[in-house]
Formats: sequence, structure tokens, C-alpha cells
Amino acid sequence: MVTTSIKWLRRNLFSNWWNTGLTVLVLYVLWSAVPPFIDWAFVSAVWHGEGRAACLGPGKGACWPFVYANLDQFIYGRYPAELRWRVNVAFLLGLAGLVPMLIPRVPAKFWNLGYLVIAWPMIAIVLISGDRPGLIGVDTDLWGGLLVTLIVAITGIVASFPLGVLLALGRRSEMPVIRSLSTIFIEFWRGVPLITVLFMASVMLPLFLPREIHLDNLLRCLVGVALFSSAYMAEVVRGGLQAVPRGQIEAARALGLSYWQTMGLVVLPQALRHVIPGIVNTFIGLFKDTTLVLIVGLFDFLGQVRVQLSDMHWSTPQGAATGYVFAAFVYWVFCFGMSRYSAFMERRLNKGMVR
Amino acid sequence: MAGGKQATAKRAMRWSWNDPHLRALIWQIGALAIVVVTLWYLAATAHENLSRQHIATGFGFLQNTAGFGIVQSLIPYSEEASYGRAFLVGLCNTLLVAALGTVLAVALGFVVGIARLSSNWLVAKLAAAYVETLRNIPLLLQLFFWYFAILQPLPSPRESLTLLPGVFLSNRGIVMPGIGLTGTSLAFFATLIVAVLAALYIARRARARLLATGQRFPAVIVNTVIIIGLPALVWLVGGAPFTLQHAEMGKFDFTGGWRLLPEFLALLLGLTLYTAAFIAEIVRAGIQSVGHGQTEAAHALGLSNGQTLRLVVIPQALRVIIPPLTSQILNLTKNSSLAVAIGYPDLVSVFAGTVLNQTGQAIEVIAITMGVYLVISLATSFAMNLYNARVAIVER
Repeated sequence: MVTTSIKWLRRNLFSNWWNTGLTVLVLYVLWSAVPPFIDWAFVSAVWHGEGRAACLGPGKGACWPFVYANLDQFIYGRYPAELRWRVNVAFLLGLAGLVPMLIPRVPAKFWNLGYLVIAWPMIAIVLISGDRPGLIGVDTDLWGGLLVTLIVAITGIVASFPLGVLLALGRRSEMPVIRSLSTIFIEFWRGVPLITVLFMASVMLPLFLPREIHLDNLLRCLVGVALFSSAYMAEVVRGGLQAVPRGQIEAARALGLSYWQTMGLVVLPQALRHVIPGIVNTFIGLFKDTTLVLIVGLFDFLGQVRVQLSDMHWSTPQGAATGYVFAAFVYWVFCFGMSRYSAFMERRLNKGMVR
Repeated sequence: MAGGKQATAKRAMRWSWNDPHLRALIWQIGALAIVVVTLWYLAATAHENLSRQHIATGFGFLQNTAGFGIVQSLIPYSEEASYGRAFLVGLCNTLLVAALGTVLAVALGFVVGIARLSSNWLVAKLAAAYVETLRNIPLLLQLFFWYFAILQPLPSPRESLTLLPGVFLSNRGIVMPGIGLTGTSLAFFATLIVAVLAALYIARRARARLLATGQRFPAVIVNTVIIIGLPALVWLVGGAPFTLQHAEMGKFDFTGGWRLLPEFLALLLGLTLYTAAFIAEIVRAGIQSVGHGQTEAAHALGLSNGQTLRLVVIPQALRVIIPPLTSQILNLTKNSSLAVAIGYPDLVSVFAGTVLNQTGQAIEVIAITMGVYLVISLATSFAMNLYNARVAIVER
């Protein structure tokens, strides 16, 4: 037992002088970074307290009471406390559709997808906005926190998917006008930063709409995000289309299928299976990019953390570090989880290819 | 267009929905009509809204006096300068942080990517942890962390930390000695340029001779001597080509020397660390794409480890690396617009922020800003495509 671990150490860490030097250097870096962080986050951290007083004083580490005192704001923003059950119900309904969708063995994927992208968004919008007789309406100004982050990310991906598929088909079309229009559209949105798109949506879009139509800030940002991500989605789908052999299209045409039948029944089902990991990766990128909406005045999760940080009641020297480390942890859990799922799907999809 | 015209010229078009050419023509005319009508409708609505709200149009505002200060500018700028000048200042700041960020991110990305493949378990795991942590946290959050949680709580200039002799770190950024020019500066830099050109020429000749005759010429040693030696000779003969101007501690802050603003540092740090995580993955995938047989064959030919890496693995890996690396460099450039969130005066912050607020000419300002990013994107893609064409496989 001891000899095998020594062998392992010699082979993996101390195989020659260069490796030994590297090992010592890395150990030194870890030694100077990890213990201080653990000390800050756990040992010297403040765990209990009712206000900033508990976290003041020299040598104090992270101020965790700040996080759990504001947890509700981080999740719901200023959404009225007595109506938060509606958000929870909408969230659970979504989860009930998402979990079977993600497990490959569960059948009825078609109906499941239909529920997720058509039925559930409508139910969720009604529940969260309360825009029906009998429900108390909640203005979008009051929405915030993780709620807004998820709304922006999910709307972005759901709205961009059909648009992205059409653009991808357009870019591979044999009709030159359609092809150039799609290409110009895609390359334009891919060439500009999301922040300028959001500025455009929030200050320029109202000028292009007739006086009668008034979009609130959240809706304007959603339009911008959907257009922006549809261009990225189109490129992902195009990759999948290119992976479908030409013979498939020719065979479908030989059978007398029309263009839309060929695409809908033969090409897209194969292409979209290939790009599931790509779509998940796009979603991860979009999820991280949702933080940008705080620059145009929405309060997403990160924006809400910043709002609570500016609260005089909680202003402490370690407050900023605590809030941002906590937010980073939350985003990391979401993104890392999704990237693991994407890797899992990639392995599963490649199984058929490996001989 | 040409294909369709040729086909229709060959045989008469049937006026039937079953004729694919006619169908294609109708589809395209329809699509074009929808786009034109939509654009026309948007333009008409915008015109009506603008005249109703009495918002000025046109680009005349670029000549108006800006009247606001900018904390960092590479070109002369004052509050009396025009909006056009402010635009240039913002553009230069964007290009500065994007260029520095690209160089640093590519360098760090290559180191981390190679480290992930290291046979040293600890090094590989540390690199993997770096990549998985940094790329799964939003860049904006990282910028906030560096700026608000790390740089702002630093001590004031009076109690600043000394990084190196003459280099101080405080909550006002990094202050370091500035470089002043002297009488020999011109001669020094001219010699340096001549030396580099000569070295390039020698390297080309040496390679041509190697390919033609098989004889080696020690170009690396000779060139090192030329590049260091010639400017050094000028230094010895004419005296130092520049002077160091040390920063002095004033009443509250340093004066003199060169200063890197904390906003700039946070943005550069955030962009570099974030993008390097993505580049590391690209580099790793690129190196792994070179088959093991290549390495074995190179070893069988008697090449050393370093030669194998330099002459066999990297040239092939670059083909896989360059296209995704290009898009990461573009991402870095576009992400530099997050500067607006921490107050670094980049293009978006100065122009789409302050100038837009002052003039209210949203359409013109946003159009110019987006246009600049589009041009930068296209130019970078073009340059990288040229380089890619050089390293791509030459097929018969």
C-alpha cells in the first residue's frame, strides 16, 4: 500500500528535476492561497448576527449573515412576499417538465418539449405577472434576483431557438437573396457586444415603435437578448446541418419530399441531435451574459446582490467580497452543472459513432 | 443570382408553382419585400417620433464641445474638446485594453493549456481547477470582484504597498516610474528597428540556405547578438536613451510617473483571466488533436522532445487552434465593453454612455458604436484568416 503510493508520487510528481521543481512551486502557490481563503471563508468568518455590527472589527472574515438575511431578495427581488408562492409554483412546474426532458430514458420527448417551450412559458408568465382577472398583478419593476436571471436566460433560449433554426436554414439556402439576408443578420449580431445590443434595446428601440406600443424595460431587454442569441443559435444549428450527409437530402428529394418535409422530417431531426451539447453551451453563455442586464437598470441576481451591498444596514469591509464570492458560487453551480450535462450528452451521442 | 439567371436563360420559365426556379424567385422577392417594408416602417416611425420629441438628427453633434473630463486618455483631450475627440479617446482606450488583454490572455492560455496536459499530476489538476472555476463564473461578476472586493479596499496612496522598488500599489491603482526621452532616443529606436529588420533578413536567408543546401547557420545566436548588441552600442556611445522619472509622494497622492488606473487594472485582469480559461481549453484540444503516432515518428527520427514539440506538434496543433482562438480574441474585444460597469472610460462608457446621455441622439451614437465593433471584428477576422491560410494544410 505504502509502496504503491510512493510509486505513484514518484511517477506523477517527482519523475525528474523539472517536475520536482514544478511540484514544489505549485505546492508553494497553493500554500500561500488556500489556507488564507479557508481562514477567510470559514475560520474567521462571522456566522451569526443581526446586522453589520456583528461583522465589524479587525481580523473578521466573510460576513455570512449578510447572505442569509438577504436570501429572499436575492431570489425574488422586490416581488411581494405574500405572492412569492406563485413564483415557486411556476418554478416547480418548470422543473417537472425539465427533469424528464433531461433524462434520456424517459419517453414522450416530443410532448415534453412542447410542454416546456409552449405551455409552461404561458402558465409561468400568467402566474408571475398575475396579468389575469382574479390574480393580483405584479409590475415587472418589482421582479428581481434569480427570478429575472432565469426569465432572461430561458426566454432568450426559447425565443432564439425557432429563429436560430430558420436563420441556419436560410444561411444554407440555395437562394442567394435569402442566404445573404440571413448571413448579414447573423454576422451583424455576432459582431457587436451584447452590452451595445442592450443599450440599443433600452434607448433606441422605443424610438422605432409607434407611440401606442409601450414596452417596459424588461421586455425591451428580452427582445434584445432574443435577437442576439438567435444569431449564436443559428451558428450552432448550422454546424449540425453540415454534419448531416448530403445523401440524406438527395434521398429525401428522390422520394418526392418537399423542402420543408425534407428539412422537418429528415435533416433537422438528425442535425438537432448532434447539436444538443452546443445548445447547452450556448445556454451556459447566455446564462452568464444575463448579468449584463444590470447595466441597463434591471435587477438580476448579481444586480440584486449589488443593491443589498449598498444597503447601509449591511455595509461592512468584507461585505463586497462576501457578496461576490457567494454570487460566484451560485453562478458556478448552475454553469458547472450544465457543462457536466453537456459533456454527458456528448459522450452519449458519440456512443453510436465509436466502434 | 448568376446560377438562377443561367438556368432560366437556358429554358423558358413555366408560369407554374411547380417550377422550382419561379418558386425560388417568388420566395426571394417576398423575403426582400418583407425586409424592405419592415425597415421602411421602422424608419418612418422613428422619423415621426424624433420630430415629435424634437430630437436633433444627423452627425453634426460630433463637432460640439463635450464639456466632460475623461480620467484616462492616450491622445490629448480636455473638457473643451469635441464629442468626436471624446469618441477617439474612448476608442483608443478600448483598443489599448483589448490589445494588452489579447497578448496576456493568449500567453496565459497557452501556459495553462499545456499545463493541463502535463505529466505532473498536481500541475494538471491545478490547471483544470483554474479553467473550470474561471469559465463558469460570469465575467461581469469577476470584474466586480477584482474592482470592488480586491482593488478598492487596498490602502490609500500614503500607505501603499511596494511591489518593486519605485512601483506602488494602492486603491488609486499602480504607480510606476515614467520613461522620459533624451537626445539619443531617436538614434536608439532607429537602431533597434534596423537591427530587427536585419535579423529578419538573416533568418530568411538562413532558412533558404538550409532548404537549398542542408547547411545550418546559427541564425538565432547571431540575431540575438545583433538585436541586443547594436542598440547597446548606441547606448554606450550616446548615453542612456531614456530617463526614469520616479513618482513623488504628494500631499494625498503620487505625482509624476506613470499610473495604471484601478479600473484599467481590474478590467485587464478580469478579461485576461477569463479569456485565458477558454484559450487553455482550445490549446489543449489542439494539442490532443495531433495523433500520438506523429510524436512517436518524430522521436524515431531522432528529434528531441523540444524539437518534436516545436517542429511537429505545434505546427499541426495551430491549424486546429487558430479558428477558435480568433473567436476568443473577438470575444475579448467585445467583452472589453463591460468596462462601462466599473467606470473604465472605454468606447461604450464614454460614447454610448456619457455622450449619449448628454446629446440624446441615441440612433446615431449607438449606430457609430456598433459600427466600430463590427469593423474591429471584421478586421480581426481578416487578419487571423490571413494567418490561418499560412498555417493551413496545403493540399494537392
